[in-house]
Amino acid sequence: MSVLRTPGGLSVRFRPRALAVGAGAALLAAGLGLVAVGSGDYPMGPADVLRTLTGGGTPAEQFIVTELRLPRLVTALLVGAALALAGTIFQSLVRNPLGSPDILGFTQGASTGALVVVVLGGGSLALAGAAVVGGLATGLVIYALAWRRGVHGYRLILVGIGVAAILTGVNGYLLTRAPLMDAARAVLWLTGSLDGRGWANAGPLLAVTAVLAPLVLFGCAPALRMMELGDDTASALGVPVRRLRLVLLASAVLLVSFAAAAAGPVSFVALVAPHVARRLTRAPGPNLLPSMAVGAALLVGADLLAQRAFAGHQLPVGVVTGVIGGGYLVWLLAVERRAGRL
Amino acid sequence: MHPGSTRLGGTALTLAYDRRVIAENLTVAVPDQSFTVIIGPNACGKSTLLRALSRMLRPSAGAVLLDGRDIHDRSARSVARTLGLLPQSSIAPDGISVAELVARGRYPHQGLLRQWSREDERVVQESMAATGVDDLADRLVDELSGGQRQRVWLAMALAQQTPLLLLDEPTTYLDIAHQIEILDLCARLHEEQGRTLVAVLHDLNHAARYATHLIAMRDGRVVAAGDPATVVTADLVHEVFGLPCRVIDDPETGTPLVVPAARRRATEPA
Repeated sequence: MSVLRTPGGLSVRFRPRALAVGAGAALLAAGLGLVAVGSGDYPMGPADVLRTLTGGGTPAEQFIVTELRLPRLVTALLVGAALALAGTIFQSLVRNPLGSPDILGFTQGASTGALVVVVLGGGSLALAGAAVVGGLATGLVIYALAWRRGVHGYRLILVGIGVAAILTGVNGYLLTRAPLMDAARAVLWLTGSLDGRGWANAGPLLAVTAVLAPLVLFGCAPALRMMELGDDTASALGVPVRRLRLVLLASAVLLVSFAAAAAGPVSFVALVAPHVARRLTRAPGPNLLPSMAVGAALLVGADLLAQRAFAGHQLPVGVVTGVIGGGYLVWLLAVERRAGRL
Repeated sequence: MHPGSTRLGGTALTLAYDRRVIAENLTVAVPDQSFTVIIGPNACGKSTLLRALSRMLRPSAGAVLLDGRDIHDRSARSVARTLGLLPQSSIAPDGISVAELVARGRYPHQGLLRQWSREDERVVQESMAATGVDDLADRLVDELSGGQRQRVWLAMALAQQTPLLLLDEPTTYLDIAHQIEILDLCARLHEEQGRTLVAVLHDLNHAARYATHLIAMRDGRVVAAGDPATVVTADLVHEVFGLPCRVIDDPETGTPLVVPAARRRATEPA
C-alpha cells in the first residue's frame, strides 16, 4: 500500500501493483482496439488509424473507422468493462467466486426479454429494450424471493440458480415457437455477438456506465470492501449494509442488462475478469477498476479473435469468450487443486 | 467515574425477529466506564439485546438511547465513531494481512479524500501493540491460530477508537488459556484506556471475575443487575440457569465462584 498526502490533510491510499495492472490492461485493450479497427477488408496500419481518429484521413477512411469499426470497438470495450464490474460486485456481495450474472439468472432474464420480441416480431431497438426490461424484471423477482431481513449470499445464489433454470426452459420454449429465420437470428443474439453494432448500440450502455461506474467506484467501493468482513462487522464499522447492498445489486443488474442489450448475453466475462484481476493484482477485496480494464481487454481481444482467427468466417464473440473463459476456469481449478488450495 | 451516569441504555424495549418476540418491556442501562457482562442461559435474549444496543436490530417498541438520542436517529457511521462491536462471527477476506485487517477499523473515520491519515497509521500501530499482535503485522490472517485471530479482531475494534465497545461472546471457540488471555486483555483495556465494555459471556465464573457490573437475563427479562459480588448467589444461579450450586469465594480474586452441585457426592462434607 502506498499513500499520497497533501499538506492540507488529504490522503489517498492505493496499491501500486493494482494501479499497474489496471493501466497495463487498459493499454492492452487500447492496443488490441487499434489493431481491430485497422484490420478487415480494408486494412489500415495503426498510424493510419490514429491519424483518422484524430480527424485526418480520406473520407472513405473516415467512414470506415468512425461509422463501421469504432462503434463496434466502443461497444466491445463498454460491454467488457460493464460485465466485469457487475461480476466483481456480484462475487463480492455474495462472497462466492461463482456469483456471476450468468449463474444468478440475470443474463437468462435479459435473453427471455429479447426472445419474446423475436417471437412477437420487432426491430433491434425493441429487442435491446426488451433485454433491459427482462434483466431488470429478473433482478426484481430474484431480490423479492431472496429477501428475508436483507438478502444474503447463499440464498441469492440458490434462488438465482433456480430462476436461471426456469428461464432457460422458457427460452428454449420461445425458440421453438419462433419462425425459423427469426430463430436463427435469435440464436446468434443468444451467443453474444458484436457484428454490425453501431452507435445506437453503444450509446445507452455508455450513458449507463458513465453514471454507474463512478457511483460504484467512488461512492460504494470502500464500503463494499468492509462488507467482505461479514454483515455484522460491516454494520459495526458504520456501513449502512442493507441500503448499500440494494444500490450495488441494482447497479450490477442495470450494467448486465444494458450490456446484454448491446451485445447479447456474452458469457463468462463477468465470471472470469474479476478472477484474472485478482490473480494479477494479488490484492484482497474487490478490485473494481483493474477488473473493468481486464474485462474490456478480454472482450476486445476475444472479438478480434472472433473476427480474424478463421479467414473469411466470422464467429460470434460469445463463442470465443465461452471457450477462453471456460478453459481458463478449468485451468484455474486444476492449478488451485494441485496447489492444495481447493 | 460518575456513578449512575450512562451513555448507553434501552428503555421499554420489545425485541423481535419478524414476529418472534425475544424480549418485551426490557430496560437496561450500561454504567459509564464499567465492564458490563451480560449472562443468561441459551436463547435468553442476551445476544439479541447486544444487537439492539449496537443498532443492528431495530426494536419493535421502546428505544435504545446513545448519549441521550435514539440510536436509530443517528447515521450508522456516526454511531460507529462512538460505539464499536466485535460480533460473534466475522469473515477475514482471503489473503489479507493482519495490519490491513486492523486498518479496516479506521473506516468510520475515513473519507473519499481522507483515506489514510497519520492519525490512522498511529492508531493502528497502537491497537496492534495493545493486543500484542504487532509482531504479526505482516502475517496473513488465515495462517493465525484461533487465539491470535481473536486478538487481531479485537485490535480492529480498538482501532475504531470508540469510547464504548460491545463484545458478543469474545471467548467462544477458544481454549481455556486463550479465553483468560482475551478476558485479561479486555480488563486491561477497560482499566488503562477507560473504555466502557459490554460483553456477552457464557461462563458465569468468568463473568463474576471480570465484570464490574453484571446483568443476568432469563426469558428476555433482566433478573438481576449490579455488582457481581452481591448479584451472584446460589439462589440467583438457580433462578436464572435452573442449576443447583454453591457459591464460594474465588481463592484467586475473592469474587464469587459458582460450584455446580454434584449429582452424587464423592464424600459427605464433614
